[in-house]
Amino acid sequence: MTPLAPVSNSARVLLGISFFVLFIALWALATLGGFVSKTFLADPLTMLADGWSLLTQHGFLTDIGVTIWRVVGGFVLAALVAVPLGILMGTFKPIEALLEPFVSFARYLPASAFIPLLILWAGIGEMQKLLVIFIGSVFQIILMVAVTVGSVRRDLVEAAVTLGARNRGIVLRVLIPSSAPAVAEILRLVLGWAWTYVIVAELIGSSSGIGHMIIDSQALLATGQMIFGIIVIGVIGLISDFLFKAANRRLFPWSLA
Amino acid sequence: MNKLVIENLSRVFPGVRGGEPTRALEPTSLAVAENDFVTILGPSGCGKSTLLRLVAGLDTPTAGRILLDGRPVTGPGADRGMVFQSYTLFPWLTIADNIAFGLRERGVAPAERDKAVEEWLGRIGLKGFERHYPKQLSGGMQQRTAIARALANDPAILLLDEPFGALDNQTRALMQELLLGIWERTHKTILFVTHDIEEAIFLASRVLVMSARPGRIKADVAVDLPHPRHYTVKTSPEFSALKARLTEEIRAEAVLAAAEH
Ligand SMILES: Nc1ncnc2c1ncn2[C@@H]1O[C@H](COP(=O)(O)OP(=O)(O)OP(=O)(O)O)[C@@H](O)[C@H]1O
Ligand SMILES: [Mg+2]
Repeated sequence: MTPLAPVSNSARVLLGISFFVLFIALWALATLGGFVSKTFLADPLTMLADGWSLLTQHGFLTDIGVTIWRVVGGFVLAALVAVPLGILMGTFKPIEALLEPFVSFARYLPASAFIPLLILWAGIGEMQKLLVIFIGSVFQIILMVAVTVGSVRRDLVEAAVTLGARNRGIVLRVLIPSSAPAVAEILRLVLGWAWTYVIVAELIGSSSGIGHMIIDSQALLATGQMIFGIIVIGVIGLISDFLFKAANRRLFPWSLA
Repeated sequence: MNKLVIENLSRVFPGVRGGEPTRALEPTSLAVAENDFVTILGPSGCGKSTLLRLVAGLDTPTAGRILLDGRPVTGPGADRGMVFQSYTLFPWLTIADNIAFGLRERGVAPAERDKAVEEWLGRIGLKGFERHYPKQLSGGMQQRTAIARALANDPAILLLDEPFGALDNQTRALMQELLLGIWERTHKTILFVTHDIEEAIFLASRVLVMSARPGRIKADVAVDLPHPRHYTVKTSPEFSALKARLTEEIRAEAVLAAAEH
């Protein structure tokens, strides 16, 4: 292995898969080999069987759909508010001076700690779930977008100005396109975090969703179902990550070339 | 007729954390005639970029003023095109869109824009590269595009800050010929900063030598080599004489500058 030397595509896929295989093998060894009690950790086969019955008999697909809708809904709302605000803050220093301290403060307010309060305000309906994700994501996105836009290469802005660009042109045709790939990366990252908020929101005061299924399974000591639920979240995360990366490659070919 | 007039222009940068302020540019006066190709030659750190940035309106002078076509310069504008030492093409735009950037910002109609792009692609020898992104081009090709981008906008004056500084010698020589060729055709007023003596003479109708920091203009040398100038002029006796003279001027400054560091 040479430092920073690239690895071929097929080798990359092979190595990535082999670690999953190793992980599952160790898990199977620990459970099927009798090293860990079934009460605490289901073995992979039980997990698959439980998962199958969840999907076919208990309408788990609906739960998955509900959870995805909540994550995407809350996340899109947050992005719609946060990206423009972040761009404004990164571009205009007085706006940054006005909002940055508050946003930095709000960023540290844990979204999960808001859940009891939000239940009080918004009940236990969809609105409350969306709000948890919104609060958890919006401040993070604002701050990171502001930093990205604020650090656009100065000389590019200067070049644009000497070519006759005014404020509007600089924002729309220099700052935004220049930071777009980084903003997409930020959204990908925060979407990952949004998944943890939605599950927490569903663990408390919810009658549907993946998180609700997990907490229900706990009452039944159904570790196979619980693990299946967790793995489903992981797989969905992996898929959304993959889609995001593919979209970025499509949208911003210039940033890779 | 004077295109650009600079009167007692100076720039002092405030000291960093209570340190001594930096006098980057001593009060400097200068007049650049219309259609002149003026090169500014000076050792590193003497304030060449500072002077050019002031003219471009990217920095504000501590004192003095700048007049372009008799009107005072108060900020950046499309009437002063600039080519930077660093590569400043917009990486998200193709070569064609980079060249068209200024025209677009100024609201020029698409048809006219396309025509200008087409023309400039030909002039800088980059036909066939219009769909490429800057990253896919060599440094020399990128700087040629940057020159086209500035000139497509048809500025009153073109400012160049060591545009070929990062290029190898052969590419550099070719770029000089290209730029000189463009000037011989358009007679655009040009202010060109460099620390390369041969480059300064080959391109210029007039060479200004700046002193070591704090910068000021210490010599003003007319270059009467005939046009169109062929690269072989670099071996002519007149060229050598100018080179010897400027080498003397600049050496004294370089020694001073080196002693300071
Ligand atoms: N923004 C700034 N703040 C403080 N000092 C500065 C700033 N810009 C330039 N200077 C100082 O002003 C002096 C002149 O800088 P300038 O960049 O004009 O030199 P230069 O002649 O272009 O040098 P080079 O050939 O290396 O590009 C230097 O001592 C530099 O440190
Ligand atoms: Mg410089």
